[in-house]
Amino acid sequence: MTYIVKPKFHHPSLPKNALGYTHRDYEGAISTLCAGCGHDSISGAIITACFELAIAPHRVAKLSGIGCSSKTPTYFLGQSHGFNSVHGRMPSVLTGANLANRDLIYLGVSGDGDSASIGLGQFAHALRRGIDMVYIVENNGVYGLTKGQFSATADRGSKSKRGVVNTDSSIDLVAMALQLGATFVARSFSGDKAQLVPLIKAAIEHKGAAFIDVISPCVAFNNHAGSTRSFDYVREHNIAVNKLDFLTGRDPITVDYAPGSLEIVEQHDGSRIALRKLAPNYDPHDRLRAMNYLQESAAAGEIVTGLLYVEDEADDLHENLNTVATPLNALGEKELCPGSAALDKINAGLR
Amino acid sequence: MPLQSVNDFVVRFANVNGSGSASANELFARSVLRMGIPVAPRNIFPSNIQGLPTWYEVRISEAGHRGARGGGTDLMVAMNPQTWAKDVASVVPGGYLFYDSTRPIPASQFRDDITVIGVPLTAICNREYTDPRQRQLFKNIIYLGALSALLDMDVKAIEKLIGEQFKGKDKLIAPNVHALHLGRDYATMNLECPIGLRLKACDKVGDRIFVEGNSAAALGAVYGGATVCAWYPITPSSSLAEAFGRHCARYRVDPETKANKFAIVQAEDELASIGMVIGAAWNGARAFTATSGPGISLMQEFIGLAYFAEIPSVIVDVQRAGPSTGMPTRTQQCDVAICAYASHGDTKHVLLLPEDPAEAFEFTAQAFDLADRLQTPVFVLTDLDIGMNNHLCRPLTWDDSRTYDRGKVMSAEDLEAGKEFGRYLDVDADGIPYRTYPGTHPKRGSFFTRGTSRDRFAKYTEEGDAYVDNMQRLLRKFETAKRLVPAPVRHDAAKPTRHGVIYYGSTSPAMDEARDLLESAGHHVNTLRVRAFPFAQDVVDFITEHDFVLVVEQNRDAQLRMLLSNECNLDPMKLVPILHYDGTPITARFSAGAIGDHLNALKVTPLRKVGS
Repeated sequence: MTYIVKPKFHHPSLPKNALGYTHRDYEGAISTLCAGCGHDSISGAIITACFELAIAPHRVAKLSGIGCSSKTPTYFLGQSHGFNSVHGRMPSVLTGANLANRDLIYLGVSGDGDSASIGLGQFAHALRRGIDMVYIVENNGVYGLTKGQFSATADRGSKSKRGVVNTDSSIDLVAMALQLGATFVARSFSGDKAQLVPLIKAAIEHKGAAFIDVISPCVAFNNHAGSTRSFDYVREHNIAVNKLDFLTGRDPITVDYAPGSLEIVEQHDGSRIALRKLAPNYDPHDRLRAMNYLQESAAAGEIVTGLLYVEDEADDLHENLNTVATPLNALGEKELCPGSAALDKINAGLR
Repeated sequence: MPLQSVNDFVVRFANVNGSGSASANELFARSVLRMGIPVAPRNIFPSNIQGLPTWYEVRISEAGHRGARGGGTDLMVAMNPQTWAKDVASVVPGGYLFYDSTRPIPASQFRDDITVIGVPLTAICNREYTDPRQRQLFKNIIYLGALSALLDMDVKAIEKLIGEQFKGKDKLIAPNVHALHLGRDYATMNLECPIGLRLKACDKVGDRIFVEGNSAAALGAVYGGATVCAWYPITPSSSLAEAFGRHCARYRVDPETKANKFAIVQAEDELASIGMVIGAAWNGARAFTATSGPGISLMQEFIGLAYFAEIPSVIVDVQRAGPSTGMPTRTQQCDVAICAYASHGDTKHVLLLPEDPAEAFEFTAQAFDLADRLQTPVFVLTDLDIGMNNHLCRPLTWDDSRTYDRGKVMSAEDLEAGKEFGRYLDVDADGIPYRTYPGTHPKRGSFFTRGTSRDRFAKYTEEGDAYVDNMQRLLRKFETAKRLVPAPVRHDAAKPTRHGVIYYGSTSPAMDEARDLLESAGHHVNTLRVRAFPFAQDVVDFITEHDFVLVVEQNRDAQLRMLLSNECNLDPMKLVPILHYDGTPITARFSAGAIGDHLNALKVTPLRKVGS
């Protein structure tokens, strides 16, 4: 971590987004993570994504569990309300928050210990329910804060810094998310900002449960030879199925449009993602094929990255519960209390 | 000499669960009510769907006693061969035994000191019906018909109720009325009717209502403005969340858009339920969960977070007998201690202790105001006895001028006007800080909520002084709570006395009656019904002004007594535990007897023992 406090003033010509905010308005407190931590790159990608989408920072609620990854919401979107909840239980807190006010953007940040070990149940059920959220797992395969124990996403046969070999099978959260019904499923790498930023933007604009597994090497405990989550290993084994160019309704400029290799994905809110296909015949709209492709690649020792699956017209929990358009937290006694006349009738029915 | 009583006796139905007896038995209780006679029914049922013994006890009391009486059954309707011997044994001397006489039962299986009434129910059914399902279901109505003659009931009242019960399924009315008369006619023609126990129409029910505590508490949540309910099925609280759903479907659907002004999620477990409640409350909605003891155990970590991060949350705990799975369908007051101090670290929580469905309604609605005002978890502690039985209680009331107290919430206007915002700043010296909802203001009022230590401006810190400062403020807040929670209810004896009794929750109806029993036995006690934790000064004063205070409760370890001695700095020797914890509701006779024994032992009024 650094101890140098950033100056508050900035250059007057700093670029502004559509809302008039600068990049700096999306930053948070100084990170206390280790220098070079992949998680800080993810925070940076979140900041860039929100800046580029011109989201009002206070309209985002950022929630996390416990662990290194869960500390990161302090380091981005300083004008947003944040909630560092309990270990493995961010999804339920986020679900409740989302029910209370459907108008905010919900960003859940978790880690592999938080989501795949202690919180596997809540991870699964939040995706099942289709909560409108972006759920990012900063996946390093290791417990950082408690100094280097394996997490449930650590690959079988990988070696810890102390030389211990993991004999347990690993959990692939992307495979689970596909099976559980998430309507936006992606994987990326903290070191690949060009891929990660558009993915986060697309996930934010996606209505429904969006899940991004971001492989994020732990420089302190999981960046050694024998680790399958080190920078070197991931760079060598990364296979991207597609590259995204993200297009919003506000800024409909495609970059690098090459007919035949581009697929435009239109999302519920009218925003569009341009997918540059790298893998031949990869269709991100086919859940079954995505699951197969993922398994085949894993068997071949490849880590698939990119947008693996998206359902363009997804439902979310509010739709399924048929809740009113007004956020529930804005309803008062006038809207909610049936009053004494109704109670008199209830009494009469109980005699 | 056979028992003689008008409008004051106990009928117990012994059935096999899953046999359709519950609705016939409830019909009996409601019919008595319709005759203007107060009843107090209690369902004693197994954790099972079909085949195990179940009992339904109806206490008939013109005097209006609402608690279980205790001391045996006056009329046993013995329909379950599995429990025959025990059921016969529980009849009071001089009492009555009603049974199905289709198959002969050896004389050794009966008793000489009770009146045995046989009706060939199975034979009547087999003669009348061919369908096995009908034979089973109508058997229940036939015994009800026979009882109507034996007890001299108003048959028109029963017919009217049947009509109401099957409204909308009208073709079922005539067959049920027919079955009722099959039983009634058999009894009139073949038995001596009425027996010594009789029902005589009177006017003692008044405007009171007959309602289950779970349904009333759920209604309290609707009136109290709850919009988010997250729950996990667990006996005996499931019917509370389900009732909330039903009430909302009726009162919370926008008439124009047909959209719901509520969200109910059946979570994957109790951890998720309370997590959702906390998330919703953090974001400014009124949210609650309903659970029972095992759920409370699972929620511990989250409850500590809500306490420390100061997030309003309402938890209705419908208590059942623990520990572990314990007796899931039996009642107790055994979660008082775990709720009062839920979670690791130093925590204390607000508990509300309603005595019946009417208070369950009021306290649940009030819990949302208290949670918002105090920014902390608030527990409503009912139990299986209150929650899953119909109770006769005063009508529910609501003052239309009442507004929701959302507590100290800073608005966008406050922030814009430059009001200083520190999430954990005690500006009013009551220990309660201001909060903001997420998304309130673009530049001001955001903060990070966390379970870790922080300073007054919500900034993370592990500085000892800041931690202590915060923990002390939380204590000040708890002091403030004492002034806001429902006050205790005191009842002084006719004569001055140096002995007091403290009780709470579902113990109250039995205790109200026990007070009369004690008084008629010459024992005078002042009583105090505690309705909340933390304890108001009135509770401390009550204890200090008496030489001894008996604390009556339904758990093994005298949990409220423990809280009293712990929180009020009182000599535990002054507090005498009176405990009833076998899973059945505490009875008036038990309470009066146990209290009487203690007073006798203290040689205050060495009179005869009270009750049995």
